[in-house]
Amino acid sequence: MDFINQVINGLSTGSMYALVAIGYTIVYGIGKMINFAHGEIIMASAYFAYVGMSFLHLPALVAVILSIILTALLGVLTEKVAYKPLRGKGSLEVLITAIGVSYLLQNVFYMIFTSSGRTFPQIMPKGAINIGGLSITYITIITLIVSFVATGILLFFINKTRLGKAMRAVSEDQGAAQLMGINVSTTISLAFAIGSGLGALAGVIYGAKFSIINPYIGQMLGIKAFIAAVLGGIGSIPGAMVGGLLMGVAESLTIAYISSDFSDAVVFGILILVLLIKPAGIFGSNVREKV
Amino acid sequence: MSSRKPLLQTKGLGIQFGGLKAVDEFNFSIDNNQLFGLIGPNGAGKTTIFNLLTGVYTPTSGQILLDGKTINHSSPTQITQMGVARTFQNIRLFKDMTVLDNVKVGLHHSHQYSLLASILHTPSYFKGEMAMDEEARSLLRVFDLEKFANVKACNLPYGKQRQLEIARALATSPRLLLLDEPAAGMNPTETAELMETIKVVREKFSVAILLIEHDMKLVMGICEKICVLNFGTVLAFGTPDEIKNNPDVIAAYLGNDA
Repeated sequence: MDFINQVINGLSTGSMYALVAIGYTIVYGIGKMINFAHGEIIMASAYFAYVGMSFLHLPALVAVILSIILTALLGVLTEKVAYKPLRGKGSLEVLITAIGVSYLLQNVFYMIFTSSGRTFPQIMPKGAINIGGLSITYITIITLIVSFVATGILLFFINKTRLGKAMRAVSEDQGAAQLMGINVSTTISLAFAIGSGLGALAGVIYGAKFSIINPYIGQMLGIKAFIAAVLGGIGSIPGAMVGGLLMGVAESLTIAYISSDFSDAVVFGILILVLLIKPAGIFGSNVREKV
Repeated sequence: MSSRKPLLQTKGLGIQFGGLKAVDEFNFSIDNNQLFGLIGPNGAGKTTIFNLLTGVYTPTSGQILLDGKTINHSSPTQITQMGVARTFQNIRLFKDMTVLDNVKVGLHHSHQYSLLASILHTPSYFKGEMAMDEEARSLLRVFDLEKFANVKACNLPYGKQRQLEIARALATSPRLLLLDEPAAGMNPTETAELMETIKVVREKFSVAILLIEHDMKLVMGICEKICVLNFGTVLAFGTPDEIKNNPDVIAAYLGNDA
C-alpha cells in the first residue's frame, strides 16, 4: 500500500514537472532552442500569483488566471527582447543569452522580494481522502487533474486547430511553412506564450505544494523538467508528459526507499543514462546522420 | 492584349553572393494564366530566381513587380499571401503530418477563426474547421489523393508526394504557381501524368505557372514561352520552336564544338 501511495505522490510531482517540460519541448520544437530561462519564468509565475492573492487580495482563481496571462506575456517578452534578435545566429549565442535571461529574472525578483522565502497562500484544501488504505491528499488529486486536463487541451489545440497545424508546420520546416503564408514570428511567440502559460500552472502548483517560494525555486524545477523533456524526447509533447511522470515517480520512490539525499543524484543519473543509451529519448524521433 | 499589365515582371533583377553574381540583369514577365518554362544548365540560377521571386532572398539589384507593385522587400509570408506559391526541387512536405493536414496548412491564411474560438469551441471554430476540411478534400480530389487523406505524407509514393506538394501550394490560392523541377526523379509514365496534371491545374485554378524543368519533352510539350538561363543571365527567350533551333542554346547545352 505504501508503495502505491509513493507512486501516486510521484505522479503528482511528476505532472508538475510535465507541465514545465512541455514548455521546454514546445519552444524547442518550434524555435529550435532550449530556453534555459524557463525555470525562472515559472518562478515569476509563482510570485505573480502570490502578489495577486497576498497584496491585491484577489480571489485565488482570479489570481491564478492573472498569473497565467502575465507569465505568458513575460515569456513572449523574453522571446522578443532576448532571443528574436539572435534568430539565425548560432545555438551557442542563444544558449548563453538564455542563461543570462535566467540570472536577470532571478535577480530582479531578488531585488523586489529579497531572498527570504515568502509564504504562498493556501489555495487548495488541506487534508486527504482515504480509499481502501490509500491516503491521497487533495493537492495530489488537483495537481493530477489540472495537468492532465491542460495537456489534453494542448494536444487538441496542436492537432485539431488551424493555429496548431501552423505550429506543427513551423516545427517541421520553417522555410516551407513561411511559403505557405504562415507568419513564423507569430508562431514562435505563440509557442512561448503557451509554454509559459502552462508553466504558470506549474508555478502555482509548486507554491501550493511547498507553501514557500523564493527567487531560486525555478533553478532546480527547471533543470529537472528539462531532464524530463530530454527523457521523453525533446520536441514531443506526449514525451514531455511521460518523461515528467517517470521523473516524479523515480524521485518519490528514491526518497521513500533509499534516501532523500539521493533523489537529485537519481534524477541526474537518469539524464546520463538517457544520453548514453537513447539520446533521442523515449518518444524522440531518431535523427539520421548523413554520412 | 498588349496594354494589359503583366502579373509578374522583373526589371534588371540580380543578386550577388560575395563576388558571385548568381543572377544578373534578369528581365522577364508572365501574364495571367500563362505557362512559362525556365530552363538552363545546372547552376544557371533557376532556383535562385525562385528564391528571389518568393522573398527567400532579397535582390541586390533590380525590381520584382507583382501587379505593377514592387515586392523586393516583402517577406515570404507576405508574398505567399499576395498570391505566389511554389513547390520545391527536393520535396519539402510536412512529413509527419497527414496528407489532409498538409493541404490545410496551405489554407492557413484563407480561413481564420480566433484563438478564443478554438479554445471555447464556438460554432465559428467548427464552421471554420469544417470549411477547411471540405476545401482541402476537394483539392485532394483533383489530384486523386483523397483516399490517402489520413496517411502520413512521408508514406506516400514519390510521384504522389510531388502531386501533394502542388496541391498544398494551390491551397494558398495563388495566381502564380512556381514549380521547381516537378518531374525530377519521375519515370516517363509519371512525367506524362504530371504534364496532364499541370494542364488541368492551369485551367481549373486559372493560375499562371512558371516551371523549372530539365525534362525537355515536358517543357517543350506544355510551355507557351521559354526562357533559357546560363550563368545567371538570359541566354534566349521565345516559343518552344524558337528555343529548339537557337544556336546559342544548343551551344550552352552541348558545348561549342557540337
